[in-house]
Amino acid sequence: MRAVERLATRDWSSHPTQHYPRYRSTELRAYKRRLVPLQPSLSELTGPVFGHVAVDASDSDLTRNAVRSGEVLGERIIVSGRVLDEGGRPVRETLVEVWQANSAGRYAHQADNHDAPLDPNFTGTGRALTDSEGRYRFTTIRPGAYPWRNHHNAWRPAHIHFSVFGTAFVQRLVTQMYFPGDPLLTLDPIFNSTSDLDARNRLVAKFSPDLTEPELALGFEFDIVLRGQAATPMES
Amino acid sequence: MPPQTPSQTVGPFFSHALTPAGSRPGRIPGNRIADEAAPGVPIRIEGRLLDGVGDPVPDGMVEIWQADDEGVYGRIAEGFHGFGRAGTDPDGRFTFLTIKPGPVAPGMAPHASVAVFARGMLNHAFTRIYFSDEAVANAADPVLSSVEPTRRGTLVATRNDRDGIQSYEFTIRLQGDRESVFFDA
Ligand SMILES: [Fe+2]
Repeated sequence: MRAVERLATRDWSSHPTQHYPRYRSTELRAYKRRLVPLQPSLSELTGPVFGHVAVDASDSDLTRNAVRSGEVLGERIIVSGRVLDEGGRPVRETLVEVWQANSAGRYAHQADNHDAPLDPNFTGTGRALTDSEGRYRFTTIRPGAYPWRNHHNAWRPAHIHFSVFGTAFVQRLVTQMYFPGDPLLTLDPIFNSTSDLDARNRLVAKFSPDLTEPELALGFEFDIVLRGQAATPMES
Repeated sequence: MPPQTPSQTVGPFFSHALTPAGSRPGRIPGNRIADEAAPGVPIRIEGRLLDGVGDPVPDGMVEIWQADDEGVYGRIAEGFHGFGRAGTDPDGRFTFLTIKPGPVAPGMAPHASVAVFARGMLNHAFTRIYFSDEAVANAADPVLSSVEPTRRGTLVATRNDRDGIQSYEFTIRLQGDRESVFFDA
């Protein structure tokens, strides 16, 4: 069994406001009552472990994992970073899942009816396990911006959705990674639902010459910090 | 200390990536947390996810983490993983097939931890499932007891056996008069 030793509460100065009127879907879906404090017990401090049965190496290359015939369309990129806890320690062998629109701004999801072309060779979904330093790495294409109906002429900035588990069930994090220099960021209600500018900017990946590969792909670095501090793994 | 990465909504377009209804079914558990080989009492949890006016949330996702039948977390047994994930259907329904968890420690009632995700939820919400046929244990449970009495019922799934399977109904209300208890967990 693995458990987390120390667990701070979610840092509500970093996380979004649940009811954020500019993001209209929060209107009927945000809880309105105060969260009830919960002293963490084993139910919170333990969590699922996904080993290498859950993920294989090909799952992290989105330019290859759904190819039927031909090449994925778009600008190839590498997205890599470390999953860390608040003690700065790596979160090892944790499951990272990503999903994104294709280069034209369309998801391979049946409910996405944006009038942009689907790419038959791209589902935009991937998985990875972090390594012994907490590092993950995906090869993909740069997603396109896409329109949504939140307000007049609303466009989501290009982003990649991330789902991360950590060691404890309450370390669970679902977030979105954005790209540096995107002019849509200042207009996007979802990005701006976190009021703290520094916190928001932690959602923006950094261009990385080190991750960039010659003749292949630009590299972007995106570290993810989960709450809590890991204990030494326990055997039981 | 590095600061926490902010949460963002799961959005509307995740099911093909995260839930087994999608195009890459896989090795991540779906809504079957336990199969026939797992020790314990098989149960079915029939859930619904509703918004502030009682309309179904058809694009949500519910995750469960639970102990095994002896109340132990993270012990991988044949046919049992402890974690499950289900997308909601057009009626906001979700189903888990699992086994009844045992009490984790003396004085604690059997329960499962729950995380709820949906478009329009900027942070996921944590709740718990307790079981209506554990009235004595529920009355003594420290977490249930910490919740104001009028709201405790939102955490208790109602026994209602169907098709010969021990079944429980559990409704998660994101908002409104009967808003579910969500924990700052
Ligand atoms: Fe998106």
